[in-house]
Amino acid sequence: MVSVMFPLVLQAAETSRRGKRLIGPIDLSLEGHGVTVVIGPNGAGKTTLLRLMHGTARLNKGSVQWACDTAKAREAQAFVFQRPVMLRRTVRENLMYPLRLKGARKTDAHARAETAARAVGLEDFLERSAVVLSGGEQQKLAIARALITKPALVFLDEPTSSLDGRATRDIEGILQEAKAAGTRLIMSTHDMGQARRIADDVVFLVNGSVGEQDAASTFFDSPKTEQARAFLRGDIIA
Amino acid sequence: MVVTLDAELLDIALRSLRVTLTALVIACAIALPLAAMLAVRRYRWRRATIAVLNALMGLPPVVVGLIVYILLSRSGPLGALGLLFTPTAMIIAQVIIIVPLIASIAHQSLRDLWAEYHDLLISMNVTQSQKVRTLLWDARRALLTAALAGFGRGIGEVGAIMIVGGNIDNVTRVLTTAIALETGKGQFALALALGFILIALAISVNLIIHWMGQTEQESRW
Ligand SMILES: Nc1ncnc2c1ncn2[C@@H]1O[C@H](COP(=O)(O)OP(=O)(O)O)[C@@H](O)[C@H]1O
Ligand SMILES: [Mg+2]
Repeated sequence: MVSVMFPLVLQAAETSRRGKRLIGPIDLSLEGHGVTVVIGPNGAGKTTLLRLMHGTARLNKGSVQWACDTAKAREAQAFVFQRPVMLRRTVRENLMYPLRLKGARKTDAHARAETAARAVGLEDFLERSAVVLSGGEQQKLAIARALITKPALVFLDEPTSSLDGRATRDIEGILQEAKAAGTRLIMSTHDMGQARRIADDVVFLVNGSVGEQDAASTFFDSPKTEQARAFLRGDIIA
Repeated sequence: MVVTLDAELLDIALRSLRVTLTALVIACAIALPLAAMLAVRRYRWRRATIAVLNALMGLPPVVVGLIVYILLSRSGPLGALGLLFTPTAMIIAQVIIIVPLIASIAHQSLRDLWAEYHDLLISMNVTQSQKVRTLLWDARRALLTAALAGFGRGIGEVGAIMIVGGNIDNVTRVLTTAIALETGKGQFALALALGFILIALAISVNLIIHWMGQTEQESRW
């Protein structure tokens, strides 16, 4: 499915809210493999860009074009939010939910939930209410729930921004496994260490526009723009 | 004397329960989906509908009774159905009285839950009916509370059912109308006994539903 969906091409894409432009015009082309990491200062438009590509932020100008039918592409996507959204149900029921939406049989979903929980180390919490899990456990559950339908592409919006080092490392491990299994990942982060560890290519956003898009090694070793250099140095940029 | 009185009391109490529980089931079937739709849909008259609903919560039951009476009376638009002074008429009046209450309380908790779930469910591309079912299911404990409030209002209501039911012995006499009648006749002891039954009924239904919610919660944790 990844090869059918990509490349994803954004042309002069813009999102506005009440007449105010949040991001854009954005020109971007993404290929169908690896991990794309979107970085940039707070308010640069990382969340909005991910939502725009996913189809949950309004496109006011320009185009967002998948290689296949947009509805088909959407079917094969999942989104993990910065603050995990937990259904007020057990861990198992949270995992079963997307499967049941897609018409999986109850017994089948029940069993697959167990496998998915094991993959993220939550197998002991299956019958526990999701809302009482710790932040790290909730985010692991959210990622497992996103992966359980075997989507071709998963968006993750700063998935570890409120987690400690250990939970962050666990989650990076889970994401590396997903990548190894062929899942296309597009994620934002403000953690440059994480970006270096996980990115294959980088989209650097400043003020709602793409400042630079490059292979990760190129971007981190020899950034082309002064803004990117400043950002990597840790300077505060506009 | 005591035996017949007890049988009659039981009869009245059961009629109260039957009328109000039937009204409650019908009212929930209307109010809960309505509340869920109001929470998830963004149509033009949503705010107006919510305002009307909240206003209807304060509707005086006597006026509801009067309107239902006019509709069901022989010369009224629904007169041909012959429903006036039957338990059905009382159920209709109670449904009208408790739907706004249940819908309004349910809407508040469903709206909060929707704010929580919105991003996830939109991302998952769920259909309108899947949204509604998810919200109703995951808010079921709060909805039970809404239903309890509806039951409380229905079982203790007297003005409307007195008008449309007529307080006919063995047909439409329920606890509240019997209390009104006996008090009017100066039979305070009997009226008080009826009052205690009413209170006991309301409390036990509350306890049963509360207990149902409790076991449900324990099984989840
Ligand atoms: N719902 C919204 N309404 C108005 N402005 C918004 C909304 N969401 C985001 N913004 C604005 O859009 C810009 C980009 O926000 P966002 O995409 O959240 O940035 P980032 O994720 O990089 O921190 C910011 O200036 C933010 O204030
Ligand atoms: Mg953000």
